[in-house]
Amino acid sequence: MSEAHRFGSGPVQAAGPWSRYLFTGAVVVLCLWVLVPIYLLLVNTLSSPEAVATYPKRALPEFDTQSLAFFMNYAGVGQALWNSIKVATVTMILSIGAGAPAGYALSRFDFRGKDTFRVLVLMTRAFPLPLLALPLAVLYIRIGLDDSILGLALVHTTLALPFAVLITFSLFSGIPIELEEAAWTLGCNRFQAFIKVILPLVLPGIAASAIFAFVISWNEVFAAAVLTIEHRTLPAFLLQGLAESPLHLKFAGGAVLVLPALLFIFLVRKYLFSMWGIANR
Amino acid sequence: MAIIQIKGVAKQYGKVHALHSIDMTIADQEFMVLLGASGCGKTTLLRIVAGLETATTGEVWIGEKRVDKLAPKDRGIAMVFQNYAVFPHLTVYENIAFGLRMAKMEQKEVDRRVERTATLMHIEGLLKRYSGQLSGGQRQRVAVARALATEPQVLLMDEPLSNLDALLRMEMRAELKTVLAESNTTTIYVTHDQVEAMSMADRIAIMNGGKIVQASSAVEVYRNPAAHFVGSFIGNPPMNFLTADNSGDGFWQVAGVRVKGPDTSQKSIQFAIRPEDIVVHGKSGDGSTASEGAFTAGVRILEPLGSHLLASCKVDDQLFRVVLNSDAEVQPGDTLQWSPQADRVRWFDPETELALSTV
Repeated sequence: MSEAHRFGSGPVQAAGPWSRYLFTGAVVVLCLWVLVPIYLLLVNTLSSPEAVATYPKRALPEFDTQSLAFFMNYAGVGQALWNSIKVATVTMILSIGAGAPAGYALSRFDFRGKDTFRVLVLMTRAFPLPLLALPLAVLYIRIGLDDSILGLALVHTTLALPFAVLITFSLFSGIPIELEEAAWTLGCNRFQAFIKVILPLVLPGIAASAIFAFVISWNEVFAAAVLTIEHRTLPAFLLQGLAESPLHLKFAGGAVLVLPALLFIFLVRKYLFSMWGIANR
Repeated sequence: MAIIQIKGVAKQYGKVHALHSIDMTIADQEFMVLLGASGCGKTTLLRIVAGLETATTGEVWIGEKRVDKLAPKDRGIAMVFQNYAVFPHLTVYENIAFGLRMAKMEQKEVDRRVERTATLMHIEGLLKRYSGQLSGGQRQRVAVARALATEPQVLLMDEPLSNLDALLRMEMRAELKTVLAESNTTTIYVTHDQVEAMSMADRIAIMNGGKIVQASSAVEVYRNPAAHFVGSFIGNPPMNFLTADNSGDGFWQVAGVRVKGPDTSQKSIQFAIRPEDIVVHGKSGDGSTASEGAFTAGVRILEPLGSHLLASCKVDDQLFRVVLNSDAEVQPGDTLQWSPQADRVRWFDPETELALSTV
């Protein structure tokens, strides 16, 4: 893959000057699309309530932590944050626990319907969550899973699982089967070979995939809002509580939500690229 | 340190027969090479012995033990892979010690064995390195040392030198031969390189289309190919074949010359001779006295190869190669007069493709 990358003709190298400008322009627009809102969010979060309400805006923040401090002390935020962390952690464990074995099986075994299975894994992402949320809520109330950490984590796991399967599939596929076979001939059974040879090699990638599952749960708001009342996660809590709050508190809440997700995704970007087949090593 | 017996081993992938009922016995401490073009089933056979692949039918015995139902780790084998398969997260020392640690060997014994095999493979200075810091040749040495450290009954090697460059391959070939001769293991070695096969093997099993065509010493497969395929596969340049028509009483008409051959009733068979087993009497029309019943060959292309001159000719409109002395005075377009060295002529049945005996 790196060979192809080195000698390949990407859109930039092959094209004439016009398409090159177009390409660069598109990249700039897409970057601004993401970066400008984040920048404004940061500036307003770190400004005093008065500055947030005035116009024109300052280009640089005042580094006033008043809004943030107030927000963090706002009744219920701490609990919601803690709920979010609990749900995301359970989601992370469940999706890696189920996703990594599936990824391993996809990369190492030939079984009937393998390709169909891979497509189906992706297809689960095509179901709009609102369509599922109400029947799920009804079902959860019947079996007593409603308004619980585990119940919400299960929904989030169905969202995160396809990514966990596909990322770990590409991780395992990147490790030559001969390494495993060599371990078998040197006295390992399948399980020992996995623990001693494969696991140390995929561990960083597995960690990245776990963090990605964490972020998916962290960001999810719809199911959280529908399925929980007392045990609201942070996004659901903010959706409910901040609608009537003053502007500066909305900004503070937004920043608290966005920043951890952004940081995590940045840390694991290398593995997310590899999931889509873009070589980055 | 064990006999390997392969009894009726066949392998089918769906409807494709990768191996047709292979029977072979490899003697204790023998160096057996499986030679063939890619897709002939040689690697499949090796992997069946290793336990990395299961045979559709048949049995594999190593020593006194039937192993074809056992996991690779219980077969007493070690394997060297084409792409080395050195564990990237372990040092060279830990790579070589891997099998010993799995066998729960004492640290003192591990140290002793790692040191011994590392010295044998000349990598004692690299023990603290990781595979990413090694060259291809060094990695291959690590892979061989790792296999030898477990002191296996059987050593299996799957094209171990094919990823090395030509010069290094020649060097490693000689070195491996020495090391393996000292190690007393029974070895199965898979390769598609006939020079490698002939230089290292006690016995070569030549495979084609999922069958073993011939299993003999290097000289034997070269001199007495059991089948047309062996003659055309072994040797560079390969054997020459000419059509021979029956003229009765065990005599055959080959390119206009009457030759004594096998006494069969077939209408037409094949006459075969190696390019270097040809005696050239001279060129037609240069006044030299050609012996009675000599063949003629029209020279088409000359390739000076240093040690000899390779002439591609036409005999009776069939391609025919002759090895000449480097300083032979021949031009394209010349007609050579030649005769075969009588004891080197071989005959093949065009239908079964097997050799015909002249006795």
